[in-house]
This record gives sequence, structure tokens and C-alpha cells, in this order.
Amino acid sequence: MTSVDHPAPPPPSGPVPYDKTFALTLLTDMLRIRRLEEKAAELYGAGKIRGFLHLYIGEEAVGVGALHALTPEDNIVATYREHGHALVRGMDMGVLMAEMYGKREGCARGRGGSMHLFDAKTRLFGGNAIVAGGLPLAVGLALAEKMSPKVGAQGGRRVTACFFGDGAVAEGAFHESMNLAALWKLPVLFCCENNLYAMGTALERYESQTDLCQKAASYAMPAVAADGMDIVAVHEAVKVAAARVRAGAGPVFLELRTYRFRAHSMFDAEAYRQKAEVEEWKTRGPIHTFTARLKAEGKLTEEEFLALDAAVAAEVAAAVAYAEAGTWEPVADLLRDVHTPEGAA
Amino acid sequence: MSRISYREALREGLREALANDPRVFLMGEDVGRYGGTYAVSKGLLGEFGPERIRDTPLSELGFTGAGIGAALGGMRPIVEVMTVNFSLLALDQIVNTAALYRHMSGGQFSVPLVIRMATGAGRQVAAQHSHSFEGWYAGIPGIKVLAPATVEDARHMLAPALADPDPVLIFEHAGLYNMEGDLPDVPGVDIRSAQVRRAGKDVVIVTYGGSLPKALQAAEMLAADGIAAEVVDLRVLRPLDDATIIASVAKCRRAVIVDEGWRSVSLAAEIMARIMEQAFFELDAPLARVCSEEVPVPYAKHMEEAALPQPEKIVAAVKGLFA
Repeated sequence: MTSVDHPAPPPPSGPVPYDKTFALTLLTDMLRIRRLEEKAAELYGAGKIRGFLHLYIGEEAVGVGALHALTPEDNIVATYREHGHALVRGMDMGVLMAEMYGKREGCARGRGGSMHLFDAKTRLFGGNAIVAGGLPLAVGLALAEKMSPKVGAQGGRRVTACFFGDGAVAEGAFHESMNLAALWKLPVLFCCENNLYAMGTALERYESQTDLCQKAASYAMPAVAADGMDIVAVHEAVKVAAARVRAGAGPVFLELRTYRFRAHSMFDAEAYRQKAEVEEWKTRGPIHTFTARLKAEGKLTEEEFLALDAAVAAEVAAAVAYAEAGTWEPVADLLRDVHTPEGAA
Repeated sequence: MSRISYREALREGLREALANDPRVFLMGEDVGRYGGTYAVSKGLLGEFGPERIRDTPLSELGFTGAGIGAALGGMRPIVEVMTVNFSLLALDQIVNTAALYRHMSGGQFSVPLVIRMATGAGRQVAAQHSHSFEGWYAGIPGIKVLAPATVEDARHMLAPALADPDPVLIFEHAGLYNMEGDLPDVPGVDIRSAQVRRAGKDVVIVTYGGSLPKALQAAEMLAADGIAAEVVDLRVLRPLDDATIIASVAKCRRAVIVDEGWRSVSLAAEIMARIMEQAFFELDAPLARVCSEEVPVPYAKHMEEAALPQPEKIVAAVKGLFA
């Protein structure tokens, strides 16, 4: 019996329906996010990274499972908790780290920082630090796709996957965007990363209807909830939903139920939730449960896991070295990128 | 040269843009079947169809943001926000997304979006429908702000706005839609410069948008009293064309700024500051301004007229400089 406010779901079970190569890709990407962010937190303490730093630790199965169900041609819109999304989409970890350092070698030359990761070549449209601010943008990207005469290389529409937290559901932008996407049957995949807290306010303390799929239903939009602590559940749900969206059937809403293991940002004493609740959810940690399943199925040995973890550690170390060796943009360039230079568009 | 209304000129500009570029579409409340709140888009639905003359729900934040996304997705959207009053509901997307996007992405993404909206007072539609917030928008880096005040600008400003790779806001004064004027046979206009609309030598009246006809009327009244007033139409509120303003100030040595925004922290205040910074020693008199009184715009006609800049107030302000 549990006494915590928000009990964790049962541990993921059942076979992992992937071959070893793909299963290890998923595991590796979750580890890459975890180790990158653990290092980022350490570097924050050391003063190398400043401003706001929102960690995705605990939620890795959501981003990794979802993004591996999409194609490189798809559009991604993310929030200020988007290190993982950038990394999985293919942003170089060194470039990402350099951005957090504020160095010129970062993806946005140090102009954006942790909350504003953009990557044109992997179609990552930010990094939006206004809660629900990315949803209208996603609707527009999908509208452009629908109005464009050409059909994508996969023989279907390019999907725009929009990630946002549960807190966004309370914003007007959420409701306006859901309505527009459903009304115009746009190829948007709404991925709600429900970690149960809007910063420090629990879902039941800010929503009259805590079943978030009901919100989508009121816009006549199909909605599916999945266990966001189980990468298999996430990946399968997104695969099905993305196929439907790509086929032109209109938007789908996914509620991916997850949990943030760390504080909201680096300035959070976590007075709003029980330590026991956090500990309970940590036992459902997406990395160790998936690792255990793979081992049980004979798809992973301890030696392989250690080798994989060591490779990730080396990638993180190289990323830090790259950021450390990076340069500061000259102050003389301060006013660049406010407007597009003439002839550059 | 042909006779045309400001409204028709705007419509011709839209028609040309839609005909010339398949990426262009118009999106907003009642732009389609209704024909546009101010009838600017009347008839365009029949010509271009509901995909490109796209009626939206009353969701200013949502469809303005959708315009940004569509621009990023390769389209050239024109978002019509019915009036500046309702643009406050879309302010987050305009300021926090459109204006900042290129910079936050380190120059990776530009937002080629045009947002049109009606602005201004003078039609007895009371406080919530009479704002002039174009001066606020003119304070935001990352966007350009246009204020067509002539049929020529109404006809031709849209094309360069659409060609601009960054967000451009166009403010159409609601009091000008019925104004008729002569449309010269010119190929287009720039969206960089202010223009001298009337030459003079004794004082320059700097203004824009719905206040331009009032300033020209005031100049006519002043001429009867032997004062030759020059009138500068800003046209572009961001970035401001300092050179044209300063040249007129240097020539006339006296200046009055006319701005329908509220007086405090107004665009007029910014222009006065620039004149002080760049032309202090050229002045023969303190600067003056005529703005809206600091009261919500009243419904009753006589009270509304008292709240807004009027030719008589401009004349009085000019004469005050010669006292």
C-alpha cells in the first residue's frame, strides 16, 4: 500500500519487442541524456552554466521513445526542458554543451542557452520558454505542411510533434491550438509530458479535470494516454499516433505520464511534494527498468552495459572539453541576428 | 494616376500579393465569408478560395502563432488581427516568439510574417476599441512597424513587407479606410524612409497614420496665418528614419510631434528624445507634442474629439512655439 499523493504506475513488464540493435539505441540515448544532465547540474554548481537549467532526468523514456518513432523530416517543437529532444534529434552534444556555456560554438552562438536550443538541420524549432508558447507555432508548421502541394518522402505528410508539459494545458494557447489543429485537420502530434506538476503546483491543484485526454476529446481529437516511464509503451503509442497523423487523419493528443526526479530548475527546494513520492517514482526509473528487462531477455549483458555507459561518459567528457575550449562571441557582434541581414534570406 | 480609396488600395495590394506568390495567404477573423470587418478583403474569397482566404476562430493568440509557424514552414502568411485592441490577446506570440525567434536561434530561423491590424480612435466605438498601441510595438527589436497614411502606401507597402525576411506589422488607421486619394503610377514604395508630405520652412509637424490628414489640415490653417509648416509622415515607426526627421528639424528649427497614442511614454516622446540628442543646437524653441489625453477614449462624440489630437490643437501647439 502506498501513502503518497501520486502513486507511481506498476513497473513496466512484458517483452521488449525490438531487436538488440534498436533496443540498445533507445537505452543509449536515455543514458546520454541522463549523463549529460548530471554533468550539467555539476557544471551549474561550478558556475560554468548559469541562468535557468531544467533537467529532464526521470522523463527520458518520453523524449527518446517518441523521437525514435518519428522521421528526420518531421518537425519538432519543444519546451525549455529540451536538452534530451535536441540530443536525440541529432544535435552534437558538444554544440549543446557549448550553448549552455554561452559559447560561440553553441547552436545559437550562446544567445539562447539551455532553454532555447534550435537546430535547423534536424528541424528542431526550439526551445520555447513560454509555457504553451510552442503550440500555436506547431499548428502553423502543420498548416504550412497541409497547404504545401508536395507530399513528403515517406509518401505521407510531415508530422509536427509538439512537446509540452501538463502545466501548458491550463493556458489559453493550448485550447486555441487544439481547436485550430482539429478544426483544420492538421498533421500535429501533441505530446503532453505530464509530470504531474506545473513547476510546484500539483495537477489536481490547478485543473478541474485531471484526465487530460478529456481535454482533447472536447475538441473531437483522438487521445491516448501511455506510461511515460516505459519506453516501449511510449514508442508504440507514438508510432501508432504518428502513422495516423501522417496519413492525414488530423491531429492526435498523447498524454505521456512521467515524473521529474530532480527539482523544477536549480532554484527549487521541492517543498511541494513528498520525498517518499519521489523515491517511489525513482524505483520506476526508465533507464534501470529498461536495462533490467533487456538483461532478463538476454539482449544485454552487464559487460555490454558498462561499455555502453563508458562510451557515453566519454562523449560527455568530450562535450565538456569542446565547450571549455569554445570562444566568447565578440561584444562587437552584439546586435547581430536581431534582423536577417540583407541578401541572407 | 487614378482615384482610389484607402480600403480599395489595401485590397489591391492583397490581391496582387495573392496572385503573385502561391505561398501567400490571408488568415484572420471574418476575412472570408464576411468580407473583412472593414471590408478590406471583400471579394477575395471568391477569387482565391477558403484555403488562402482563411477564416479563423476568435483565437488571436492561436492564429497569430500559427502564422509564425506557417512562415517557418515556408509560407508567406498575412495575419489579419481585426484591431490593435485584440492584438493584446496575441501579444505573447508577437513579442515572445516572432520578434525574438531569429535572435534566440542564433540566426538559424527567420520569421517572414506580415501582421495587419486596424488601429486608432475617432469613430465613437469607446474605450476598448479605440487604442493606438503601434507605439508600443515600435519599441520592440526584431520587428518592423509600418503605418500607411496615404493610398499610395496602402497600395504598395504590403509587397516589400512580404519580401522582408522578418516579421512586419502594418497598422491601418480605421479612420482612413474611406479616405480617397490619387494613386500615382509608381511601381512601389520603400519601407525604410519617412516622407515630407508638405514642404515648409517655419516649423515641422512630425506625424504618422491617422494623424497625417489632421496635420496637413493644420498646416493649411497655419498657412493662412503666414506660418509655413512642413509635414513629415513617418510611415515606418520601426526602425525610425532619423535622418529625414532631423533634416526637417534643422531646416525649420521648430518641431511639433503629433501622435494619437497616449502622451506618457509615447512614440512622440521617443521622437522628441531623438531630436534632443541629434539636433539640440538647431532648435529655436522647445519641442512640443500633441497626443491623446490620458483618459480612456470616451464614447460621447464631443468628449472623444476632446481626447484626441485635432487640427486646432496642432495649430495651437505650433503657435505656442512662436509666442
